[in-house]
Amino acid sequence: MKLELQGITKRFGSLVANDNIDLVVNPGEVHCLLGENGAGKSTLMNVLYGLYEPTDGQILVDGKPVTFRGPGDAMAVGIGMVHQHFMLIPVFTVAENVALGDEHTKAGGILDLDKTRARIREISDRYGFDVDPDALVEDLPVGVQQRVEIIKALVRKAEVLILDEPTAVLTPQETDELIQIIEELKAGGTAIVFISHKLREVKAVSDVITVIRRGAVVGTVEPSASTSDLASMMVGRQVSLSLNKAPATPGDTTFVVRNLTVPGSGGQNLLDNVSFEIAKGEILAVAGVQGNGQTELTEAILGLHPHASGSVQLKGKELLGMKVKDIIREGVGFVPEDRKIDGLVGSFSIAENMILNWYNEPPFAKGFAMKPSVVLKNAQEKVAEFDVRTQSAEAPVSTLSGGNQQKVVLARELSRPLNLFIASQPTRGVDVGSIEFLHKRIVAERDAGTPVMIVSTELDEISELADRIAVLHGGELMGVVPGDTSRDVLGLMMAGMTAEEALRQDASAVEERNRAAGGHRAAGAHRVTGEEDR
Amino acid sequence: MSIAATVTDPGVAGPSTRNWKAPIGFGVGALIALFVFAIGGPAATAVFRVSDDSDRFRLADIALPANVVGWVVAVALIAIAVYAFLQVRGGRGINRWAGIAYAVLFVVGFLTWVVGIADRPSISLAGLVAGSVTLAIPLIFGSLSGVLCERVGVVNIAIEGQLLSGAFAAAVAASVSGNAYVGLIAAAFAGVLVSLVLAIFSIKYLVNQIIVGVVLNVLVSGLTGFLASTLLSRDSATFNSPPGLPEVRIPLLADIPIIGPILFQQSIVGYFMYAAVIVIWIGLYRTKWGLRVRAVGEHPQAADTMGIKVNATRFWNVLLGGAVAGFGGAFFTLVSVSSFTRDMTAGQGYIALAALIFGRWNPIGAFFAALLFGFATNLRFVLSIIGTDVPSQFLAMLPYIVTILAVAGLVGRSRPPAAGGIPYVKE
Amino acid sequence: MSVNRPNAGSASEETAAPPPVPGTGDTTPAPDQEDHGRGILKSIATGSSLVAILAVVLSIILGGLLIALTDEDVAAASTYFFSRPGDTLLAAWEAASGAYAALFQGAVFNPGADSLGLMFRPLTETLTVATPLILAGLGVAVAFRAGLFNIGAQGQIILGAMFAGWIGFSWHLPFGLHLLFVVLAGFVGGALWGVIPGLLKARTGAHEVIVTIMLNYIAIYLVGFLLTTPSFQNPGSSNPISPRLDDTAVFPQILGPQFRLHLGFLVAIAATYGVWWLLNRSTVGFELRAVGANPFAARTAGISVTKGYVVVMMLAGGLAGLAGVAQVAGTERVLTSGIAASFGFDAITVALLGRSHPWGVFFAGVLFGAFRAGGVQMQTLTGTPIDIVLVVQSLIVLFIAAPPLVKAIFRIDQKKTAKARKGSKNQLVSGGAA
Repeated sequence: MKLELQGITKRFGSLVANDNIDLVVNPGEVHCLLGENGAGKSTLMNVLYGLYEPTDGQILVDGKPVTFRGPGDAMAVGIGMVHQHFMLIPVFTVAENVALGDEHTKAGGILDLDKTRARIREISDRYGFDVDPDALVEDLPVGVQQRVEIIKALVRKAEVLILDEPTAVLTPQETDELIQIIEELKAGGTAIVFISHKLREVKAVSDVITVIRRGAVVGTVEPSASTSDLASMMVGRQVSLSLNKAPATPGDTTFVVRNLTVPGSGGQNLLDNVSFEIAKGEILAVAGVQGNGQTELTEAILGLHPHASGSVQLKGKELLGMKVKDIIREGVGFVPEDRKIDGLVGSFSIAENMILNWYNEPPFAKGFAMKPSVVLKNAQEKVAEFDVRTQSAEAPVSTLSGGNQQKVVLARELSRPLNLFIASQPTRGVDVGSIEFLHKRIVAERDAGTPVMIVSTELDEISELADRIAVLHGGELMGVVPGDTSRDVLGLMMAGMTAEEALRQDASAVEERNRAAGGHRAAGAHRVTGEEDR
Repeated sequence: MSIAATVTDPGVAGPSTRNWKAPIGFGVGALIALFVFAIGGPAATAVFRVSDDSDRFRLADIALPANVVGWVVAVALIAIAVYAFLQVRGGRGINRWAGIAYAVLFVVGFLTWVVGIADRPSISLAGLVAGSVTLAIPLIFGSLSGVLCERVGVVNIAIEGQLLSGAFAAAVAASVSGNAYVGLIAAAFAGVLVSLVLAIFSIKYLVNQIIVGVVLNVLVSGLTGFLASTLLSRDSATFNSPPGLPEVRIPLLADIPIIGPILFQQSIVGYFMYAAVIVIWIGLYRTKWGLRVRAVGEHPQAADTMGIKVNATRFWNVLLGGAVAGFGGAFFTLVSVSSFTRDMTAGQGYIALAALIFGRWNPIGAFFAALLFGFATNLRFVLSIIGTDVPSQFLAMLPYIVTILAVAGLVGRSRPPAAGGIPYVKE
Repeated sequence: MSVNRPNAGSASEETAAPPPVPGTGDTTPAPDQEDHGRGILKSIATGSSLVAILAVVLSIILGGLLIALTDEDVAAASTYFFSRPGDTLLAAWEAASGAYAALFQGAVFNPGADSLGLMFRPLTETLTVATPLILAGLGVAVAFRAGLFNIGAQGQIILGAMFAGWIGFSWHLPFGLHLLFVVLAGFVGGALWGVIPGLLKARTGAHEVIVTIMLNYIAIYLVGFLLTTPSFQNPGSSNPISPRLDDTAVFPQILGPQFRLHLGFLVAIAATYGVWWLLNRSTVGFELRAVGANPFAARTAGISVTKGYVVVMMLAGGLAGLAGVAQVAGTERVLTSGIAASFGFDAITVALLGRSHPWGVFFAGVLFGAFRAGGVQMQTLTGTPIDIVLVVQSLIVLFIAAPPLVKAIFRIDQKKTAKARKGSKNQLVSGGAA
């Protein structure tokens, strides 16, 4: 099936999410859509999948124009989609999830799941998915849930499969497995639309790359294009990929974590016996695939996990067991990983958000009484200092863009005297311009002599900021390595190897590669983490 | 990342490794049994009459020595509590049959005790059970309405209003037409009308569902009250003297002791109730419709991406729920009493809501929960006849207290549909 | 990420947001909307006040239609509608306007009274009835602001009245001190009933809507039971009614014995100011609002969500308890099981109409107090049942909750809607709809 998008435009009010986009997807081809967060990739795919009606333009299937009134229409012509956030019902079984919307029934509308089960087994066997049709989805690991999503599309005979940021939640190995699956689907004639903002994996899997910026197509390139070219196309200007930070000058070690453990509800520890320390004037970056204990680590340090055990000492004082409020008073600054949920109160004004965890301290309050004028003045100063783009400091913070919201959080946390600064995913969903600004502020805080801990799932960010790197896997610390450690080693550690094992394995792999000296892509193509850095 | 989009309040019930609620609940209940049923057990013999003299088949009465039963029950309950404690301490789950056995034993112990302390310690078991079912009928219809709405993610606080509007419409339509069956149909329509407002405001205008529900109850109460004191009171012969629905007795089967009357000697509303429970259960858990309905209530976005029209599904289900509750409301004016009086549902809609939660959003669970509440209400009447010292107000409170314990998680864990109360808006 | 947390990303905006402050609808809750004329002007300009006024007008019109449709004279005239339609319309107008005139007479101003003072007696009645409505309404509103639905004002009023009443008739203290104890006891009683759902929510996650509804019923049966016991029942009476409260225990009538308006009204004003200050100017209010608007962010900022729930429900219950005091020590002066009338449920509509802002609640309470006071007069004078007041009240709240509906009815924003229609033309054509 050949799929064409011609002049697709999608407006939301005055916002143009997609501007006159043309795209051709051929059978048996992996077509990558590359673009920053918010560039309009997902909107375009939602148009293609019938979730949005385009404001203008048309979709052609095998040369014939089609209109989709809903996902049902899109599925009917053979378009399947695996959403970034899986569209699975946790309390349903795999079979029920797959059947939903395309059910086999017996007389009287009674469900016949046996046929669905058979189809699932058939597909599962063919691609080696190893999925049990009767397992509850909520009990399955993320990688398997993704396969269930792919099965959903294949059961509906999808000839074009859209994968929206499919690797965001996968370990490097799971990513490799996914790429294998993509290769097999491709060999079977399925067209794949692969949406991502990660340059390396895009280069590894795609046959064609279309770059999107601010809702418009910037160009279509071969995967052999250089990473830096792709990056500048994506961002729209020459980006300095490195931060030019001065080497760290570590001082006293004031922050010490020992045997930190957070129990989970299923008997398994979400964070298991983690120990490390950070010196003043040093950035420790915590790397790992999402969901490997990073959230628990930061939350436990901040006192948000009542069942955490072990020891967390700041300047010799034990933080574990203290209330969140008291830990904040000890000078711990914290940027949570999801600002909209944990960092900001959307309906509160910028001014109120600027003092969200400092509202009852002087000069903002005296006793129970707050001082609105002081609060406002503080906010106006911070808005200017951090270049928050807003009409007024009294505007609700929800009216700001993601980057500006993140600046509000950072401004709040950095405007107190700190003894420890923790930032989790400090630049997630933030435009490139703001990323540079935020990174500079974080490094400035380090240079001011504060121990800094960064948690990120983006290796780019880790490499850019880290003086040392700690890698978490399955709640365990795989080791702490220097900031310039290679991606290969980090990838192996993120997959569950200790630092020593990873270094050994990497050394032998390099050796082997040198021996083979083939130089052809195939060997490295499936190994995203093995790709050369920019 | 978990795909479960359930919202639990932060800081509430964090990731604790062991849940001690059940053992604590069991323990408290066992202590009550020990002190009240056993130590405070009367020396009397509690007699439960299984058959009446007029019955075709007669079975012997059950006579239980109250203090002996009290001790047996107390010891058994303590044993179950200890078992639960040990299971939880060992990090294991509690067998659900232990919970059921516990509940049955507790009820037996309580009944024996409460009958034993009465002036005339003898009650008709058949009458008690039959009365409970009768009282539970509107509750069950109300709960089923709640199940239908909440399963698609619309919280239905307006059950009370649906029942009341049904009762009103049934009375008026049956009176005017002179036909009780016309009343039944009108009742369902009235319920749909209330649901229509709920659906339009909560689905189209995205008004908070709880607010709409609460306000709708006030509106229906005001509207029916207003019409009752104008139209109905002015000409009650025309508007407010509905013909009743006859009891349909199935010969022989109705003669089976205890279960005969409750299953085979009912008004048509009663038979419909059984049918509705079964049909809705099968519908929800065994059909394509039910799969889609539950998907919409759990994860509307996922349902949408599979081509299911979320808001349309919600809309029709809410209307269907209204029809069911409205139909049940007809019970008040066509079966229970023979005219409409203002606010005659007297908060039963809220008890139905409680039964729905107690029954864990499951039609059969709601059925048994409603039966329990009907039982508590009926017991109050029965006990006042045989003369007991237990203040009737405390018995009246019982369903409400049990419900609070249930939602607090002391009686089992309940998990509402994940998307309940959240309007669905495509981004 | 643990299962307890909402999904990050697309779905989170709906799921993470706790119940929005009810009734705030399309306005952004500016923290000091009430104390700046600027704020009021702004809100008129943005149309939310206009919507409120239109909602009231629309509801009164619908209520009038209902009165007209059920009126006997109208029914009589409609039998010959096709020969003389004017008669029907005239009868309808007379029925509706007569009822509303009587309502106005009973609620604001009675021109037929003997003295100017007495002419305004209805207004004092309105304020008297408004007193418990305002207090209980504040109780509901303050919980709303912390993200909780307090449907339990009814039970909290009963408990407040129970505690206050008991101190009032069984303790005998000097003037002043006695009343002070009565008021405190009422607050404590209500707070006690309010804190139960707060604690259960905090400790077990039990949904406050269900718990408060259940507690309402338990309160009714509890007071019913107590009124049969010797410590509460009036000696020598077989009815469930308490002895009269001591004269030292009741609110003095502030305009003299001709008027029922009592000191409780001033308490209501003070409480309104107090709640406003607490919510908008104090650290406690900051915490409560943060908990209500985003419990996750509040928790991360070191604000205890569970403590917030407990505190706010205690406060909410206490305020409703004060409404119970206004009843038992203000107007009734004895405790009966019907002491709360339906104030607890009306309080919910009051809070919604007042958009959970303290002064909004105050004026909504006065408006609904007027309806209620006037409704009594209307029922006596024209025979229109007071239930019409419930209908009008609930319609007002429904309309206010759905501004787009009101705007559509009155065809506000016609330009916008016209544009929207143009935009969706394609759809209409392809859909084959007219």
